[in-house]
Amino acid sequence: MSKVRVLVGTRKGAFVLTSDGKRQRWDVSGPHFGGWEIYHLKASPADPNRLYASQSSSWFGQVIQRSNDGGQTWDTVGNKFAYEGAVGTHLWYDGTPRSWEFARVWHLEPSPTDPDTVYAGIQDAALFRSSDGGQTWQELAGLRTHKSAPLWQPGAGGMCLHTILLDPSRPNRIFIAISAAGVFRSDDAGTTWQPMNRGLRSEQIPDPTAEVGHCVHRIAMHGSRPDVLFMQKHWDVMRSDDAGESWREVSGNLPTDFGFPIDVHAHEPETIYVVPIKSDSEHYLPEGKLRVYRSRTGGNEWEALTKGLPQRDCYVNVLRDSMAVDSLDPCGVYFGTTGGQVYVSPDAGDSWAPIVRDLPSVVSVEVQTLP
Amino acid sequence: MIVRVVLPAHLRTLAHIDGEVKLDVAGPVTPGSVLDTLEANYPMLRGTIRDQATHQRRAFVRFFACQEDLSHESPDVPLPDAVASGAEPFLIVGAMAGG
Repeated sequence: MSKVRVLVGTRKGAFVLTSDGKRQRWDVSGPHFGGWEIYHLKASPADPNRLYASQSSSWFGQVIQRSNDGGQTWDTVGNKFAYEGAVGTHLWYDGTPRSWEFARVWHLEPSPTDPDTVYAGIQDAALFRSSDGGQTWQELAGLRTHKSAPLWQPGAGGMCLHTILLDPSRPNRIFIAISAAGVFRSDDAGTTWQPMNRGLRSEQIPDPTAEVGHCVHRIAMHGSRPDVLFMQKHWDVMRSDDAGESWREVSGNLPTDFGFPIDVHAHEPETIYVVPIKSDSEHYLPEGKLRVYRSRTGGNEWEALTKGLPQRDCYVNVLRDSMAVDSLDPCGVYFGTTGGQVYVSPDAGDSWAPIVRDLPSVVSVEVQTLP
Repeated sequence: MIVRVVLPAHLRTLAHIDGEVKLDVAGPVTPGSVLDTLEANYPMLRGTIRDQATHQRRAFVRFFACQEDLSHESPDVPLPDAVASGAEPFLIVGAMAGG
């Protein structure tokens, strides 16, 4: 019988939640790396026992952990993320130039085909790749040295490269997203990059339709249709049908179109999920209600999913890397909150139940579907 | 010289260490030579105490010994004789800063 393994990164450690395919009874292990911030853990699609974790703290910096046995044991691997060549400047919050400086790894994206190849998105925004299982890291410097980079500015969480999408049908195509620069695409395996922000409109920047400067919170793709992308921007839920060349708004009837995560159903490429948040100045749920919104039409028409979720006095947030789907049938949907809850829906969002209620604040959630 | 080093709890966990570390430091015993030896013996600590490229101490890490704060001393200045002889430990401390 199939199993699922949920990898949860929190402000104070990592937790691994496991269940059978019914997704009703759960075992919880952790905290792993207790006391450290775990921004992200992710498994290799090519070897489900190979996991990577980003472990960091303000005191002791960045550590990368690797497991070869599905998270039972871990070993430290390389943690040297050195920008390649001259380090230029980007814009600081006050608009003055500031040198690039490594802070942490936000996101680890293992290759779909090689367990030893993994990409890292870091703050200050840059993309690194390892082809030796994380022992050494090389910057794909064409991104950070893009001609627009001196104009990039940090979002509230820092100038982070937080999303990495690898096109399963074109091995040389990579999408990344940076807060607050926007989406970039490479068609040559990361050597050169083009901004992919046409159609975005952000009132928070001097030119609302500028080529770069947009605070993109998350982009998502269904592997069967890699030219269709969905985006949760700072404000606005967006869609592209041409691999990012142009975007159109699909916020439709959402109660608010501010939010962080967005994800796609494992078997229905037009079914997508978001968690609307009240506003960029409040960062909590509207009306004290925890509602996931689902669109079965690829956007514009949304329905609130509330069964099993608190509908009063709930003021948590759901961060950008904190939603995931499994590949069982029916598709399971998972998300974690800043209040330490991790919820599962084993029926594609129709009903929800907490797996755990009292973890540290959740930063990331990933799911593995295992045989 | 056998130098005793006390690490903060998180770094002991990271390095799989219980209690003090005893290091055989070659040459003059300085903060720099102690850290060089520590990182050679425990490579997983590279980057957690000082920057891997510049060797600058991380902002929230402090160095104490013999009731003195040596954090701002040059990494090449000899440590007190009591540390060099192993009578007193070299303390690597996470700054007291909430969280």
